[in-house]
Amino acid sequence: MTTTDWPLWEVFVRSRRGLSHTHAGSLHAPDAELALRNARDLYTRRGEGVSIWVVPSSAITASSPDEKDPFFEPTADKPYRHPTFYEIPEGVQHL
Amino acid sequence: MATAAAHETARSQPSGAPESADDSTAEFQRAFDAAVAADERIEPRDWMPDGYRATLIRQIAQHAHSEIIGMQPEANWITRAPSLRRKAILMAKVQDEAGHGLYLYSAAETLGTSRDELLDKLHSGRQKYSSIFNYPTLTWADVGAIGWLVDGAAITNQVPLCRCSYGPYARAMVRICKEESFHQRQGYELLLALSKGTPEQHEMAQDAVNRWWWPSLMMFGPPDDESQHSAQSMAWKIKRHSNDELRQRFVDICVPQAESLGLTLPDPDLKWNEERGHYDFGPIDWSEFWEVLKGNGPCNEQRLSRRRRAHEEGAWVREAAAAYAAKHTTGGPGRQSDVDGTTGAHHAANANGENVNGETGAKRA
Repeated sequence: MTTTDWPLWEVFVRSRRGLSHTHAGSLHAPDAELALRNARDLYTRRGEGVSIWVVPSSAITASSPDEKDPFFEPTADKPYRHPTFYEIPEGVQHL
Repeated sequence: MATAAAHETARSQPSGAPESADDSTAEFQRAFDAAVAADERIEPRDWMPDGYRATLIRQIAQHAHSEIIGMQPEANWITRAPSLRRKAILMAKVQDEAGHGLYLYSAAETLGTSRDELLDKLHSGRQKYSSIFNYPTLTWADVGAIGWLVDGAAITNQVPLCRCSYGPYARAMVRICKEESFHQRQGYELLLALSKGTPEQHEMAQDAVNRWWWPSLMMFGPPDDESQHSAQSMAWKIKRHSNDELRQRFVDICVPQAESLGLTLPDPDLKWNEERGHYDFGPIDWSEFWEVLKGNGPCNEQRLSRRRRAHEEGAWVREAAAAYAAKHTTGGPGRQSDVDGTTGAHHAANANGENVNGETGAKRA
């Protein structure tokens, strides 16, 4: 082994105008500029993107799987946030 | 491919900390089994059995190494491609193989290994690559035979892996399978051109198919009753079909394709079996397979030594890039240039090393 791994970057690609950037994968690169160039070669060889973001993986804060239940629990008992929760008389339009 | 947010490494168990270690392991095991049974995907930071993790690292690493080593037999013909069109195609294909290797290394790294460790194990022979790449590419037609047969066998193997129970591996395979289709078709077209060409060209295509057919069948691995890891991998839904099942599927696909090429497959026992609804084929010489696997194939030595040399000769590029990065990041907001560049490089390497090992990510989350 000669070197320590370069830092890891997460790659986000906008596939075309009008869509948001989506996580495509990750790669190692010594700095942001090379991360961008490597991301172009690795994730957009067939015109998959019009814009790329690279983010150091270490800069991402993630929710933890074992707190899944309490963390996402507040949403579970609020069906009134969905339009289908409400009963509307038949025949009422544009609602 | 590899990662969802932050290169999630999952060495540590979830921190819910039930009363005893045994209880918690049993509980985690139940959650894991239920997820696999429900055909849900296991993601990097989920608890998983040690054997599952080890099996995946072994398989994904071997897969990644195969992509990287697989660049060599084909790159052998880039300078001698017969036309600019064929040369551009071949370069694109070899570049794809590098890309596939990188997707897969990233997927392996989500399981808690590092890129350096993986490369080190490849270079020291502690992890394997597919033995098919230990055969030489003797003529231009071999480039076609590899695309048609070797990539064809790989696709047959890989399509079911898109539904593998481990999320990052499955996602990498989806991307790879999309790209492999071009590989196979360019190989088929290349062989077709030769087959319809002069008698010498036709002969060259036939010779390549004769040499690559049997090794391609061996790519599916030993017969089911001799395959060490198969049963457990099927239970974990890493693998979805048995070796023999996939091999049969590949033979059935290839026979009509060979006919359209105007070429024959080198097996006198190959014939349609009405009763089974499949082609019967002759016995495979497994002693050859085991010999090549042990390191006694025609090119084992050459492939590994070239791989090691490429890594060593590229060291200065990696060092220069790391030094440049250090110089531009350690200067703080003012981006002062760092007079003592070497010290900077060391700092950066250390800081980065920690991130990559996933410790920081794990702690934060």
